[in-house]
Amino acid sequence: MIKLFSVKEKQERERRENAENTKQGVKKASASELRLQKDISELNLPKQIKIAFPDGPNKLNRFDIIVSPDEGYYKGGKFSFAFNMPDSYPHDPPKVKCESPRPVYHPNIDLEGNVCLNILREDWNPVLTISSVVFGLQFLFLDPNPDDPLNKDAAKVLTSDPKQFQANVRRSLSGCYIGNTYFPPCR
Amino acid sequence: MYEGGRWEDVDLVLRREGASALTGPGFEASSELVPFLRSDCRILVIGAGGLGCELLKDLALLGFGNIEVIDMDTIDVSNLNRQFLFRMKDVGQPKAVVAASRIQERVEGCTVVPHFGRIEDKPAEFYRGFHIIVLGLDSVEARAWINETACSFLEHDEEGNVDLSTVKPLVDGGTEGFKGHARVILPGITPCFACTMWLFPPQTKFPLCTLAETPRTPVHCIEWAHLIKWPKDNEMEEFDVDNVDHLGWCHREATERAKEFGIEGVTLQLVQGVVKNIIPAIASTNAIVAAACATEVLKTATMCSAGMDNYMMFMGGEGIYTHTVKYERDECCPVCSPGIFLTVQSSVTLGDLIKRISVHPKALGKVERPSVSHGTDNLYMQGPLEEATRPNLSKTLGDLLGGTGQKALAVNDKRLPRTLRVTLSVVP
Repeated sequence: MIKLFSVKEKQERERRENAENTKQGVKKASASELRLQKDISELNLPKQIKIAFPDGPNKLNRFDIIVSPDEGYYKGGKFSFAFNMPDSYPHDPPKVKCESPRPVYHPNIDLEGNVCLNILREDWNPVLTISSVVFGLQFLFLDPNPDDPLNKDAAKVLTSDPKQFQANVRRSLSGCYIGNTYFPPCR
Repeated sequence: MYEGGRWEDVDLVLRREGASALTGPGFEASSELVPFLRSDCRILVIGAGGLGCELLKDLALLGFGNIEVIDMDTIDVSNLNRQFLFRMKDVGQPKAVVAASRIQERVEGCTVVPHFGRIEDKPAEFYRGFHIIVLGLDSVEARAWINETACSFLEHDEEGNVDLSTVKPLVDGGTEGFKGHARVILPGITPCFACTMWLFPPQTKFPLCTLAETPRTPVHCIEWAHLIKWPKDNEMEEFDVDNVDHLGWCHREATERAKEFGIEGVTLQLVQGVVKNIIPAIASTNAIVAAACATEVLKTATMCSAGMDNYMMFMGGEGIYTHTVKYERDECCPVCSPGIFLTVQSSVTLGDLIKRISVHPKALGKVERPSVSHGTDNLYMQGPLEEATRPNLSKTLGDLLGGTGQKALAVNDKRLPRTLRVTLSVVP
């Protein structure tokens, strides 16, 4: 008969294995790292989006996504987002923050760089991938959504006077004050 | 006289050699089994519905003292006829929470921890912590998900033999009217859910042309009204399966169509069943299936008798009939098979290894543009890291993998449904 439960034995073995792996210099990939390997290998980016791995190709849990819209309100801008992947990915969504420029003039991004994107919070689901989030970000710049704002002032302008909003965005891309807030230029 | 209280009988079986008439061959009674059952053995019940209520009750009465239950649903009035842990005042409350507290109230000494939420929202480590996972689910998707999670814990040695300490037993029950099944899945040993996916045929979907042109059954007429006529007549409004007016509309349209084609049997009840995809639940079928499952949990946990091998069907519809089938594992199952084993020389390049993997029978046609990782070392990656990792293709495995010995690789390809495990034996 199969005897399945000998918990102590298993823990001992794991400890041994981890010690061996460290010795060989290879870290066992966790479930979240395995999933990241799959996500990144299947990531097919359009020319408006670049990705950078600041810690090299073996550290997939931190990277930057740079979006350079070539149409819409934000055409000509360049926006950098830091992605931090939690150990619980894909059960939990990536943590995404706009790093540059900061602040950015956008109805769905607050002055701290927090992004309001449904799939990063309430609509996250483990079948979604990094690709889904990246395209979600791209979409935010093509079609800013004034109904669910993080920057209420920008959202109000977008709703009441789209032409003024377009002018504000244009000016913000090369750096300007809007109200009392300074928006630095895109680099 | 043993004063074991509620669980006296079970305890006697587990403690006393003399109970051998009740236990199976090879069982060794032990004083450790009782405390194991009572506190150390962690059982997770998934689903606190019709089957879940029965399972929780059975497991608690068998002496399992450390139970957790997860369910994403809240209690509906229509559940009360068979989900006996719930009362009218509980309507709207989370099933897991109410079920857990009812069991604890009734069965002193049994702890039941509830989790109100989706199974997918818990990390794999949550599931790894249980000794046995018991499924009382009504969805194929949820079964597939938990099966993949359980199988992901599996580890094998170089010959592909499963490491028994990584086997996470699943006991699965399911019912549909008077029919049901109970099965035991020992991942890596007995067929997993994905090995026998065909046991759960996809939900019947009729070709649209049949519905539109040649309806033959009352269900065809209902599906036609629901899927074809409604969107045509009500462009703006989504069909709402919970809307009484919508159901009434569907019933009228389907009845008319049935008349036109000389078909009988369209009733409002059938309309509801078809559009809401309701599977009628019979309380006693749930009780029978849950009892079989709970018995298997006890046997798996204590090895007090031979377990079910490995799938019991119960047919209570036409007379009564049960049959236990020993299904076979799918040796190429993408979920529970150990993947590919290859022996290669350390002088072989990564590029050549990829070619060898792509012609392996288990990978044939599914590995065209693969990515290969060794632990967290991404040796060759498609996508944005392709250029950065391309130089590795001409490097030798000896250099890339740090010498000889057994190496576990993960291979991804868009054509693979999931990550393919490749175990390499690198020789000088």
